[in-house]
Amino acid sequence: MHIVVCIKQVPDTKNVRIDPDTHTLVRQGVESIINPFDMFAVEGALKIKDLNGARVTVMTMGPPQAAEALRETLGLGADDAVLLSDRAFAGSDTWATSTTLSAAIRKMGDVDLILCGKQAVDGDTAQVGPEMAALLDVPYATFVKKIDIEEPGFLKVLRQTDEGSELWKLQLPALLTVIKELGEPRVPSLRHKMRAKKAEIAVWGNAELGLDPNSTGLCGSFTQVVRVFSPQRRTNRIQLEGSIENQAEQLFQYLKKARVPGL
Amino acid sequence: MKAIVDGQKCTVCGVCSDACPMGAIALRENQVEISDDCSLCGICVDTCEFGALSLPEVGHGPSEDLGSYRGVWVYAEWREGKVHGVSHELLSAGRILADKRGVELGAVLLGSGLDDQMAGELISYGAEVVYVVDAPELAHFTDERYSKCIVELVNRKRPEIVLAGATSMGRSFIPRVAAGLKTGLTADCTELDIGDEGHLLQTRPAFGGNIMATIICPNRRPQMATVRPKVMKPVRMDGRQGRIERVELPSRCFEARVEVLEVIAEQDQTAKLTEADVIVSGGRGLRSAENFHLIEELAGLMNGAVGASRGAVEEGWMAPSHQVGQTGRTVAPTLYVAVGISGAVQHLVGMQGSQVIVAVNKDASAPIFDVATYGVVADLFEFLPEFVKRIKRER
Repeated sequence: MHIVVCIKQVPDTKNVRIDPDTHTLVRQGVESIINPFDMFAVEGALKIKDLNGARVTVMTMGPPQAAEALRETLGLGADDAVLLSDRAFAGSDTWATSTTLSAAIRKMGDVDLILCGKQAVDGDTAQVGPEMAALLDVPYATFVKKIDIEEPGFLKVLRQTDEGSELWKLQLPALLTVIKELGEPRVPSLRHKMRAKKAEIAVWGNAELGLDPNSTGLCGSFTQVVRVFSPQRRTNRIQLEGSIENQAEQLFQYLKKARVPGL
Repeated sequence: MKAIVDGQKCTVCGVCSDACPMGAIALRENQVEISDDCSLCGICVDTCEFGALSLPEVGHGPSEDLGSYRGVWVYAEWREGKVHGVSHELLSAGRILADKRGVELGAVLLGSGLDDQMAGELISYGAEVVYVVDAPELAHFTDERYSKCIVELVNRKRPEIVLAGATSMGRSFIPRVAAGLKTGLTADCTELDIGDEGHLLQTRPAFGGNIMATIICPNRRPQMATVRPKVMKPVRMDGRQGRIERVELPSRCFEARVEVLEVIAEQDQTAKLTEADVIVSGGRGLRSAENFHLIEELAGLMNGAVGASRGAVEEGWMAPSHQVGQTGRTVAPTLYVAVGISGAVQHLVGMQGSQVIVAVNKDASAPIFDVATYGVVADLFEFLPEFVKRIKRER
């Protein structure tokens, strides 16, 4: 079984500050991390590898420094890594990203299962997984928290919905987007880390993928940002004061006046 | 590809360089220089008061006769025979868009054994036509079938705008619809409007809610957007007239390589975060799993759901299904009460869209107070029982 995990580098929001004057993100000095949901996907793939045996390839699209993220997953036990890097890919919206990633999957040829995080924490769109599935014409399930392989050629997955959960059976090849419940990422082992240090990471540009340049990057995007602005901030916070009883009374009255439900 | 600098206009004032979230703009002698780190986000374009920056053109021109697409559609989601609240909200928002464009507002209803009552309800929220696809294969939601049906309907009727709720269902299959139609999609919009050129202006939070971006899909149709529940206001008007069209679709729309084996309803009602009007959340300040009974009691009194910060979930005090924040659920209830939560960015982005936010924390400098409507600087173990007592006294 060949599993491909798609990952993305995102700014580590734990260290992101908001400039109090401009209300914009201060990203200087902020480190990049692997999108947390993608780490659950890597863990899911490695669990399948542990239980059933599989080859795990990790792939990302990004600037050359994204190779470090791939190396990190090799340290966890992934077998191969592919970096899709080309200036022609810059400015991609979700459609152009999905086009590029699925072209790479097609080039690999023998892929049985594709795992993605539910969404990336910087863009929050949750679109690239489902769009890739559409482009590759494979079945998929979103928000997966458990994966079982019982029958060859099929998967059983438990997915989280707003109302509860659902047990689905999918025909392979398939794509899954996964959530936290699938499992926290493992710690890297010394053996894998040593291998990861020396491992060669394949870099594919558009020369390798052979896509029409009009279908990648900003040129291949359908959506366009026309305006960016700071959201309106709450400036009218009311700080309650006085004794505990007094504060409880004030809050109660404020909430009643605001007609919040439940009171 | 990267942002373009007009050397004639650039004064090297440095404003764009400070604003660039990627740190991709360097100041040189005569003009700024954009490095390969540029992600083409467009923030610099907006900050430049000299108009010296621009982005390269998206796409390659209008690909077809965009004018032949007319009408606004809302995908109508339902559960157990009832229309989902987000569909009411979207119809009301869609009504305004359709009026601005001078076109018809349609609703699409997919399922099995659908009666006209639900369709009638959609009409009373603003739809002039309801397209109903009724087939046994649609009894359970699966992405493949539902997306094939909508793709087929859109190809037949050619609406210019398609809206859906950013629910677990909408977020799951609407991207597949967009990909099937080869068009753009904007997720989680908080504002929709029609621009001067007739395009749909789709505004959404970006970079964790710290920046708002307005996005258009200039060259493809339909223009597609998902909207989170409880963002738009539902407006019901009884006595509206509309027509119900039952549509037969070819069998290929119902083929699927996915089988739904079991649907398991959430037993824990307090975990239904996305639907709750009131959420009371606890963080590390609670100190133990047992102390969450304080949170549960207050939530129970207000008929609300129980949330938790990542810290509390990592401590094992609450199940991950209760987690609010970037790696948990994004919520926007009418009232959000944050108790013993300091307010890391990853938590704030998951709840700052709430209408009224109450923060209870010992530490007056905790960032949670920056987004709070009402701030209570107090020991939660003293304040919560007192507040619960006060609510009970009223009853």
